[in-house]
Amino acid sequence: MRRFWSILFLLVPILGVATFVAAPYYNIWFPKDVSEHGRTIDNLFMFILWLTGIVFVVTELTLFWFMWKYDERSTKRPVKFSHGSHALEIVWTILPAATLLFIAIYQMEAWASAKMLPPDLKPIVEVTGRQFNWDFRYPGPDQELYTEDDIVRTDGKLYLPVNEDVMLRITSLDVLHSFFLPNLRMKQDVVPGMEQSMWFKAKETGGYDIVCAELCGWGHYKMKGRVYFLPRDQYELKLEEMRLEQNTMRAELPEEEDE
Amino acid sequence: MSTVSTDTHSAAHGEHAHTSSFLKNYVFSLDHKIIGLQFLFSTLIWFFVGGMLALGIRWQLAFPWRPMPILGNLLATAEGGQIPPETYTMLVTMHATVMIFFVIIPILAGAFGNFLIPLMIGADDMAVPILNMASYWVMWPAFIAMGTSFFVEGGASQGGWTAYPPFALTQGDGQFLWLIGLTLVGISSMMGSVNYMTTIIQMRAPGMTMFRLPMTIWGMFITAILQAFALPVLTAAGFMQLMDLKMGTGFFIPEGWTTNNNPMASGGGQPLLWQHLFWFYSHPAVYIMILPAMGMVSDILSTFSRKPLFGYKPMVYSISGIAGLGFIVWGHHMFVSGMNPMLGMTFMVSTMMIALPSAIKTFNWLGTMWGGKIQYTTPMLFAISFVSMFIIGGLSGIFMAATPIDIFIHDTYYIVAHFHYVLFSGTAMAVFGGIYYWFPKMFGRMMNETWGKVHFTLTFVLLNCVFFPMHILGMTGFPRRLADPYHYETFRNLIPLNQFMSYCAFALVGVQIIFALNFFGSMFFGPRAGRNPWKSNGLEWQAPSPPGHGNFDFQPIIYRGPYEYGSPEVDEDYYPQTQPPPEADDETSKDE
Ligand SMILES: [Cu+2]
Ligand SMILES: [Cu+2]
Repeated sequence: MRRFWSILFLLVPILGVATFVAAPYYNIWFPKDVSEHGRTIDNLFMFILWLTGIVFVVTELTLFWFMWKYDERSTKRPVKFSHGSHALEIVWTILPAATLLFIAIYQMEAWASAKMLPPDLKPIVEVTGRQFNWDFRYPGPDQELYTEDDIVRTDGKLYLPVNEDVMLRITSLDVLHSFFLPNLRMKQDVVPGMEQSMWFKAKETGGYDIVCAELCGWGHYKMKGRVYFLPRDQYELKLEEMRLEQNTMRAELPEEEDE
Repeated sequence: MSTVSTDTHSAAHGEHAHTSSFLKNYVFSLDHKIIGLQFLFSTLIWFFVGGMLALGIRWQLAFPWRPMPILGNLLATAEGGQIPPETYTMLVTMHATVMIFFVIIPILAGAFGNFLIPLMIGADDMAVPILNMASYWVMWPAFIAMGTSFFVEGGASQGGWTAYPPFALTQGDGQFLWLIGLTLVGISSMMGSVNYMTTIIQMRAPGMTMFRLPMTIWGMFITAILQAFALPVLTAAGFMQLMDLKMGTGFFIPEGWTTNNNPMASGGGQPLLWQHLFWFYSHPAVYIMILPAMGMVSDILSTFSRKPLFGYKPMVYSISGIAGLGFIVWGHHMFVSGMNPMLGMTFMVSTMMIALPSAIKTFNWLGTMWGGKIQYTTPMLFAISFVSMFIIGGLSGIFMAATPIDIFIHDTYYIVAHFHYVLFSGTAMAVFGGIYYWFPKMFGRMMNETWGKVHFTLTFVLLNCVFFPMHILGMTGFPRRLADPYHYETFRNLIPLNQFMSYCAFALVGVQIIFALNFFGSMFFGPRAGRNPWKSNGLEWQAPSPPGHGNFDFQPIIYRGPYEYGSPEVDEDYYPQTQPPPEADDETSKDE
């Protein structure tokens, strides 16, 4: 039976590694990254995946080997009457401590650039989470939010210029939400009464998901949006188009109902 | 009725000491063993309930919006077994709540803590038995509050087990009962923890120094300290939310707050304050949910490796280190919450460092097995699987401690994978191991080994099929708590994988029937165990099985630690804590 139990535990590292090797072939992997900083985050992930993967395989194989070798029936000599080893304890305290500290320090720069050092830009759009939609307010030609010429959209579609650093102001109207852009490796909880910003630079045009990642009610699952990255000229055309659309709507409706 | 024990000791006095009523002996009992078993049975029943709630979640993830057969009518009252999004949100909330507050915490501290602490330290009972009884009976109003919340208007809480305001404050009576239940569980834990600390400090048998305590007791002791320091914060926060909900205060409500166009008059509070207070308790609670399990695993590993525990003192120091560090890492749940990102950096460093004690413990468990004579009993297999699975759960924690990576994986299935590897594959497996191991002491009979191994093998294989793929789901950004993730076209290709996981989850719940049958069958028909069926060193194995009132039929005197297996001093491969050393033969050779 020792063979059976040892091999059962040997399956853990084998199938564990196999899952991670096979997953990309089934297209179950990171979503496509279209941001500039996303690669840093993916690389950090892969770095830790390799590191922990090696530790995982080595420790699981050690476990397998001990199970295989030291079972009661095949072990004739008496057990090692040992209460531990100072030298070993020191080694396996200092090594992981140093590694963990290194990982922490190694991550700091990416964190700082993603969340701590905002570029000196005015917000290109204000994102407002509400149950259960993402609303967007563009500052309009005067580049100032909350002025006459703002463009307000409630269709869940966000248009942004590609290949440019953009700054988003994000806030909530009611409960917590989380503005999650999987393809840009960006996420920020949205807290009512707090104003937050998010910045990134997209590298590719196209439409990508906006996901709400913080439980906000029964309709949480359908709080879906799309972000479209357009070249600068098309982006401006789109803004103009939305502004005209809004003006005609304003003409039809005597009172504006946004917000 | 007299018990025939396999060793030479005659049956304990406990059998004929008391003939008082059933009610006093088995219901309102002051005996720590009965209270422990009461906790055990209650938590096992809630374990079943929590499992059923999980099935609802898994059904919806595999077959969104399709009516769920059988269970659907029970879980979701309307729409012929289809799970509406409100119910799904309720399922995730209550699955987590039940599993954490009604199963894991009370089964470790309440069931095993109560049953084992006096037996393992050589006391006749807890320091304050009446407090102990109260700690169990306070659980009942909590059970009733949570249980009835399923049937009130609007159903049980849908606010997530973390109950983040302001959303949680939009909930009706379900949330009110949830908060009441939570507070009562807290009161119960507090009574337990004060009692455990006092008992462990004050009531150890002669010779039982702190460094001769088994790791289980160290785990319970550190857990009790964590509870005592962290719980007041949760209780206070719970009351604050209760007042926000019912009395119009605004601790967690921002200025000018509205929901569903329903303006509330109050405001001026901060939603993030709740998160800080909640996680200040709930991060230490993660250790409350695993340290006793680690202790139990240490004991089982040493016993069935027939070899001393490797690095006893480093183990003690590392769990003490966890207790200290555990209070300064809560912010890792809040990296993307809007908390000052500078704090995120600090919390990343402390969180990375708290992985260290866990690493040390893992290496010491491997060291314990190295050079031993491993007996593959059912408890041992569960204990080994704890080590194997804890490696996964521990390593995956490093990803989310790394702040930039957490930006992406926060609130995805990566997190779900991580905590299920720690709490199910870790703690629950250790609990199974503990039940198989101490069952003979609890009921005086053995559980069936063959069925135990069948149960182990199926559980071990199936749990990995359910939880391991969650890692790569998380890597795709698959968010948690979505009633229909496939509302996003991006995630549609994950349906087959989710169906596979769900089938395995149904089977995983199904095979627990083997355990239930084995458990109840063995309680009545298992072979008699005798005092020390596993040839263990631990003090609890010197008491009769099951121990009578007052536990020991002799005055235990402790000569050594509990891990002296294979000692060259004696011929047998075990050396009970109470056995006098050979040179001390002149005193009293046997003290029964
Ligand atoms: Cu949401
Ligand atoms: Cu934590």
